[in-house]
Amino acid sequence: MLGIIASIIDGVLVGLVYGLSAMGLTLIWGVMDVINLTHGTMIVGGMFALYFLATGLGVPPYLALLPVLVGGFLAGVALYWLAVHRMVGRPPLMSLLSTFAVNLVLIGIGTGVWGTALFNVAVSLPGVSLGRYTFPGAHILAAVLAAVIAASLYLFLHRTRLGKAVRAVANNREAAELVGIPTTRVLAVTVGCGVALAGVSGLLIGTLFPFTVLSGDGYQLKGFVVTVLGGFGNPVGALLGGVALGLLEGAVTPFVPVSWTLVIEFALFVLVLIAFPGGIFASRRGAL
Amino acid sequence: MTAILELEHVGKRFGGLQAVHDLSFVLGEGEILGLIGPNGAGKSTLFNLINGVYTPETGKIFFRGADITGEKPFLIARRGLARTHQIVQPLMNMTVEGNCTVGACFGRENLPLKAARDTAREAAVFVGLEDRLQTLALHLTIAGKKRLELARALAARPTLLLLDEVLAGLNPTEVEHMIGIIRRIRERGVTILIIEHLMQAIMSLSDRIVVLNYGEKLAEGLPGEVAQNPQVIEAYLGDPKLAAALQGSA
Amino acid sequence: MAAMVTRPFFWIITLVVAAFILFPALGDDVQLRESLALATIYITLASSLNLMLGYAGYINFGSIVFFGLGGYICVWLVDAHHWPLLASLLAAGIGVGALAFIFGLGILRLRGPFFALSTIGIVEGVQAFVQNFEPWGGSAGIYISPEVFTPLGGPGRALWVIYFGLVATMGLSLYLSYGIKISKFGLGLLAIGQNEDAAAILGVPTPRYKAYVYSASAVLPAVAGGLYFFKSAFIQPSDAFDLSLSTEALVVAMLGGQGTVTGVAIGAYLYEELRGYLLVSGTFSHFQLVISGVLLLLIVLFFPSGLMGFIYSRFPRTQKVLE
Repeated sequence: MLGIIASIIDGVLVGLVYGLSAMGLTLIWGVMDVINLTHGTMIVGGMFALYFLATGLGVPPYLALLPVLVGGFLAGVALYWLAVHRMVGRPPLMSLLSTFAVNLVLIGIGTGVWGTALFNVAVSLPGVSLGRYTFPGAHILAAVLAAVIAASLYLFLHRTRLGKAVRAVANNREAAELVGIPTTRVLAVTVGCGVALAGVSGLLIGTLFPFTVLSGDGYQLKGFVVTVLGGFGNPVGALLGGVALGLLEGAVTPFVPVSWTLVIEFALFVLVLIAFPGGIFASRRGAL
Repeated sequence: MTAILELEHVGKRFGGLQAVHDLSFVLGEGEILGLIGPNGAGKSTLFNLINGVYTPETGKIFFRGADITGEKPFLIARRGLARTHQIVQPLMNMTVEGNCTVGACFGRENLPLKAARDTAREAAVFVGLEDRLQTLALHLTIAGKKRLELARALAARPTLLLLDEVLAGLNPTEVEHMIGIIRRIRERGVTILIIEHLMQAIMSLSDRIVVLNYGEKLAEGLPGEVAQNPQVIEAYLGDPKLAAALQGSA
Repeated sequence: MAAMVTRPFFWIITLVVAAFILFPALGDDVQLRESLALATIYITLASSLNLMLGYAGYINFGSIVFFGLGGYICVWLVDAHHWPLLASLLAAGIGVGALAFIFGLGILRLRGPFFALSTIGIVEGVQAFVQNFEPWGGSAGIYISPEVFTPLGGPGRALWVIYFGLVATMGLSLYLSYGIKISKFGLGLLAIGQNEDAAAILGVPTPRYKAYVYSASAVLPAVAGGLYFFKSAFIQPSDAFDLSLSTEALVVAMLGGQGTVTGVAIGAYLYEELRGYLLVSGTFSHFQLVISGVLLLLIVLFFPSGLMGFIYSRFPRTQKVLE
């Protein structure tokens, strides 16, 4: 019984990181109705950045957050100009296809260079023990950092001018344009932030679990589940959705073989959408 | 007079807004019933309730005696109910003929493709689009798109036709032409429920008028009666032009 | 449907099918046969995908699931139950078609992008299921013993029989694609693709039609899968549910021009030739996916109507004959 509780608590910790990993996806989706199918690969990008910075260059893992944040932002802006800019205003299916195409290219290069080799970054921190169960320090720190980053995003969106512009564009792009907001720049910044968030969450996940070039798929799927649970473009919702997902995983994994976890999460995704066709918070679309 | 459409205490709310409240009226066969009211009164919502896009929370809707409350739109269309939209919804990458054929194929008569094409052409000719049968819908002018919307609804050979502001955005000549078309539609035996802001037009077209305000029925009766009704005039006082038009058409 | 025979395009399809049969057969050209066999698979997959994509406007990222499941059903029936090939193929086609209809009723309630995303999940789900399903060999898969080729006249002749089967399947997929396009059902689908809500208000029975077309798009890929894996004499989950094949089908459908029968067929053929070249050339073999991705991106950004869109705009007359 205690084992299950421990599993659930650990699930919540990891869930906070899932929530962070979904934030980039839900931000881009909520602001411009674009579904970024490179999201999973960008998470993997963060993982690989961690590997090369920490293992290759000896940078302390958590300090690598900063270069990954910046690098991710730049990659996001590049992605915007490459695949998203012309798709804004077109049906979301088109952006689905264009980001899907970019993803193919990235995966193709990734598997071409690194194949399906497993990478691991050994991060050991003193953990917290409760009776027989130890919660790995890395899990705790990752959860804390995830919460901090999420809070920063919230403050950015609600307390800064640029953040306000982002929310305005999310609400009504044409109206925002009419009041003088440079929407193209705002959209590029949003994608930049979205990818940066994917990157840093990838880094944090990299400190917890081993990964391959193809690991992104799983986290992207989790991102979709979190997005429909927590609401599009809603960072707080993403965090809560992530925690909910983490809780579910914590409760379910002791009883079910690992390969079924993703299947259960996918089934959840479909069922939630069948019940709530626009996601649970559909009425709040366009409001961040 | 047999009732084509009956609404009994129909109500619909969206979150905090009661869009339609306790609405009841009867539409007889062969009638033209005009629906007027200030903007936001709930007229288009009512159309959406009748043709199944929204489901009412309270009340019932009967079409030719059958309870259609909450039925899916395509089933209602099959029964012989067609509508046009305030903001036209053409099938953009299909031709005028194609659009109308869809109406004819899946409307009341459920025609096979070949017969449907004939009906479609006939409907297009009826509204005056015969020389643009092969034009793609997206290449039509707004007037053309409005005619297409009407032709497509007619191609379904409906028993009841819901017209949502078919005259909006048309110049006076086009309005005259359209009014003539609507009269000829009624002569063919189609019952019509029409929403319109052009007061002269709707007062002269309609046999009876229902006035909606804040989702409730404010008045019902002959055009002349309604125009004199002080409550109706007051409702429109917020929009002085309309009030003047109402007085003028009395 | 009978009206189809009078149209010129029907005979164009028949000519193509005849060419696929005659050219390799007359010269007993095994290499050509193998190359064309792959082309038939791409054409079948892309034409079937086109029913959802080009007509109803729904993207199916996971069409591979029909191919893989069809393969499994056929191989399992032949190997474990010693059914003759034809019966197994029919069972595969009908079985997968029926499953698709049932599943379709559920997931087709999801609109546009949500539906597309759920199709990826279905592949993951089915793959996970099959990997744990012992009667189908779990993650190790099923090997067929060579004796199954004997009723077909031995391995050599069997390959020819399988090839003709693939050509027949391709032909059927092209006829089906065309037949639907000129039918009332097809008109309803096109209306759904243009504006689903307006179509419903016009009386198109959208839930049923979507489920029918989803099911229709499953049958022939299932048969093709059955033939393909029977020929390989081996099937395992990672091959049967490899998302890259359905991705390529998608690229091909968009390359050729979604919604057109000709474009999809030409696109499939061109792509297959390109791919064949890439595989042989050492430098590019790892980068197939990259090429697919670049192609798709270019098409989506600059040529959303694909090859046929380009041809129709330059030579409008062709639109009367080609579909």
